[in-house]
Amino acid sequence: MIDTLRLTGEEAMGLVERREISGAELHRAYLDAIDERDGELHAYLRTVDESEGDGVPIAIKDVITTKGVETTAGSRILEGYVPLFDATVTTRCKDAGLPILGKTNTDEFAMGSSTENSAFGPTRNPWDPRRVPGGSGGGSAAAVAAGLAPWALGSDTGGSVKQPAALTGTVGLRPTYGTVSRYGVVAFASSLDQVGPVTKTVRDCALLYRILAGRDPCDSTTVDLPEPVQIPEAEDLRGLRVGVPREMNEAEGIEPGVADAVARAIELCAELGAEVGECELPRSVEYGLPCYYLVAPAEASSNLARYDGVRYGFRAGGATLRELQERTRDAGFGDEPKRRIMLGTYALSAGYYEAFYGQAQKVRTVIAREHAAAFERFDVLVSPTSPTVAFELGARTANPLAMYLSDLLTIPSCMAGLPGLSIPCGLSEGLPVGLQLIGAQFAENTLFRAGHALERALGFDYVPPRLALAA
Amino acid sequence: MTTNGWEPVVGLEIHVHLKTRTKMFCRCELAYGAPENSRTCPVCLAHPGTLPVPNRAAIEATIKLGLALGCRIAPRALFHRKHYFYPDLPKGYQISQYDVPLCSDGRFAVPAPGGDREIEIVRAHLEEDAAKTVHVGGESGRIGGAAHSNVDFNRGGTPLVEIVTRPDLHSPEDARAFLQLLRQTIVELGISDAEMEKGTLRADANISVRRAGERALRTRTELKNMNSFSFIARGIEAEVARQVAVWESGGEVTQQTFDYDAATGKLRPHRTKEEAEDYRYLPEPDLVPVEPPAELVERLRAEVPELPSSRVRLLMDAHGRSYESALFIGRLPFADLFREMIKAGWHADDAEHALMNTFSAIDVRPELENLAELYRVYAVRHELPRPVVIEATSASSRAGFSAEPYLAQRAVADLSELDPVIDRILAANEPQVAQYRAGKEGLLGFFVGQVMRETQGKASPQVVNERLREKLKS
Ligand SMILES: [Zn+2]
Repeated sequence: MIDTLRLTGEEAMGLVERREISGAELHRAYLDAIDERDGELHAYLRTVDESEGDGVPIAIKDVITTKGVETTAGSRILEGYVPLFDATVTTRCKDAGLPILGKTNTDEFAMGSSTENSAFGPTRNPWDPRRVPGGSGGGSAAAVAAGLAPWALGSDTGGSVKQPAALTGTVGLRPTYGTVSRYGVVAFASSLDQVGPVTKTVRDCALLYRILAGRDPCDSTTVDLPEPVQIPEAEDLRGLRVGVPREMNEAEGIEPGVADAVARAIELCAELGAEVGECELPRSVEYGLPCYYLVAPAEASSNLARYDGVRYGFRAGGATLRELQERTRDAGFGDEPKRRIMLGTYALSAGYYEAFYGQAQKVRTVIAREHAAAFERFDVLVSPTSPTVAFELGARTANPLAMYLSDLLTIPSCMAGLPGLSIPCGLSEGLPVGLQLIGAQFAENTLFRAGHALERALGFDYVPPRLALAA
Repeated sequence: MTTNGWEPVVGLEIHVHLKTRTKMFCRCELAYGAPENSRTCPVCLAHPGTLPVPNRAAIEATIKLGLALGCRIAPRALFHRKHYFYPDLPKGYQISQYDVPLCSDGRFAVPAPGGDREIEIVRAHLEEDAAKTVHVGGESGRIGGAAHSNVDFNRGGTPLVEIVTRPDLHSPEDARAFLQLLRQTIVELGISDAEMEKGTLRADANISVRRAGERALRTRTELKNMNSFSFIARGIEAEVARQVAVWESGGEVTQQTFDYDAATGKLRPHRTKEEAEDYRYLPEPDLVPVEPPAELVERLRAEVPELPSSRVRLLMDAHGRSYESALFIGRLPFADLFREMIKAGWHADDAEHALMNTFSAIDVRPELENLAELYRVYAVRHELPRPVVIEATSASSRAGFSAEPYLAQRAVADLSELDPVIDRILAANEPQVAQYRAGKEGLLGFFVGQVMRETQGKASPQVVNERLREKLKS
């Protein structure tokens, strides 16, 4: 009997290597767990019964293209779209022998922070099904947290890997922009989108990142890694300089329980031998979010122009071409994509471009510089990943601005193209709290090292108690 | 050129399909006339998640063209997205260049009798072509009233260079001369077939007029869809005339786009899109800036061959050729042959005639060592039947050519031999002579034919013609 709730990717690899279990048996065990628990959670949009590879299976967020397996990006407008090709990250997983378990739920086109914007219904948090798992990659995070996948792929534009990881007690990495191919990833905001792993442990995260990262000739914005990925071993933080950006740890809206758990983790850094010091990122925190809400919708309005009902996916009828396009887009897109298409179209309009998109790009440079200056003094910056623990379904759907604030702390480093890791660092009101570790460009190895040592010292139990009891 | 004191002001926008093996941003092969939609892939059909990868050969070809046009090559050029909804544009945007094109600020000299005309090149940028929409049913293949529309994505994504000139052209002839030389330059660079009939070269014109001496520009109109050099010249001429008439009648020219209908010679308002265009240019986030290394630019500069303009200029200045002839002779490899012919003692008029009428028609290249000997034939070509001249030309492509056997077939031009024959024929056809004199001059051919038959084709038609006219007049 395999305990999928507890089994890590690394442990599963060991079982397969030692031939204690076959890849097919492993695959079956997870499909059984999905049958048992996903009715309540709805982490998956669809499962794959048989897939290439005899290694440890993986769940894939539905914005990532899978050949022959319907890929909807959580949108009605792509219903029925079956890709003719694999995303580069899908190919890399297959090449590494990881079969596909299924496609996980997501906010429509990855636009959201709760997975409630999925056209196919929300995903629920395994720690408390009345609450959201975060978003947009709530499906992948919930699947890993509930033992419905040993590991998963997510995609992060402004926090869609890190924030759900925080809300579900899992580990999530948003890699340095350009290290993981975007080819075959349904585009939301091209200059921000990055695919990243969602796992139970930091070592799993590093193992998966090693499979995903590297230059891809199909994505001109990718680069070669400056150094190979190291699977972390060390259990101390000697020699590591940890910066605590004041604005990100004292921001309005951070719940006391979250602040406490993060503060304890920071103390632990010092106990593990790190040099801890305070720093400031005033402009990044003040302008990060507004700047993001110009850049991301602007690019989204452009990226979503291709969904017109002419070539694939959903098509509403129409007597004329214009009518067909308008009706398809009206019926095919949900409210959030429509909202962002309108915002973005406005921001790119003649006469407004310089004031909005142009200005936002300049502010992005300022944010990048501010971070670069901090990294002259520190190796890692720490803060809460999310100001709050998982909130209840429906709590923020009526107020888009409240929803947008969920990503207040994850967005600034995304705007700077920097890597960020979220690890669970404790509980608040019985719900997981995420600690965000931000690194300099290409400093994933540093993040893995720090995350691993903290994870060992924290001893967080990633199995949601209600599921452990049920088992 | 001025008409009634009005000066035309014309700028051109030229689109050229590059002759690369594959498309601009995917690896589909380019093929004209391939079955519809047989050259497509997820990238050029804009499937979700696909990304563009720029075609290196297309970038190099554009830089080469830029260098030939004397442009500055941007050290860091950008691609932009240009948005509009149309089914021939699957992504909903075209990847083009906007504020930082690959090539800018060039200068293209068109030789003219009184000295070069300098045309400023504002920019030459690289973009992808749209797919082809075919409207089925309805009127004249236009979208209005069509039963349905088919899209052929084979053309979608073809690398396309757009060249924009300043409004430095001041007559339809100037515009035509510029385009002809530009086309020749593009062809010789080997980057495109640049054939208007195939659509691999297209040109639009911006046209306005102003009073001679006026500095400011008046409202301009745009002329599109002209698919030959003559139509462009005629289209501009028609639009200039229209604008002059509008201004002179006290009216005002409004900004407008026209199609030139070659069949009727009329201008027709271009199909207007429903809304005012706002292309919402966005720097293409899927592509990194194009930063051509200095060594690459230098290598490409070294690859730019001698340009036709210098050959055309020489042919006009040193050899007294007209622009049209110089353009024809200035083509490679004719230009070299022309030089050799002059060296071998040919008169420039004869050399031009031979190149334009015989060599190209029968696709023969005489051996250089035979050129002097061949000229003996061409010098008296009026006295030789054309088949003989052609035979001699063919023979001159082989070693050891001698003009003698051909010269022996010289036409009879000697009047002492011809006059008796002519007199005899006129005497034998008195009714026809009377008719001719009564005004039926078409009968001249009848008499010429008779004389030629009588002399077994050896008479010089030119001389016979002249002589007959003279005799019939009296
Ligand atoms: Zn293609």
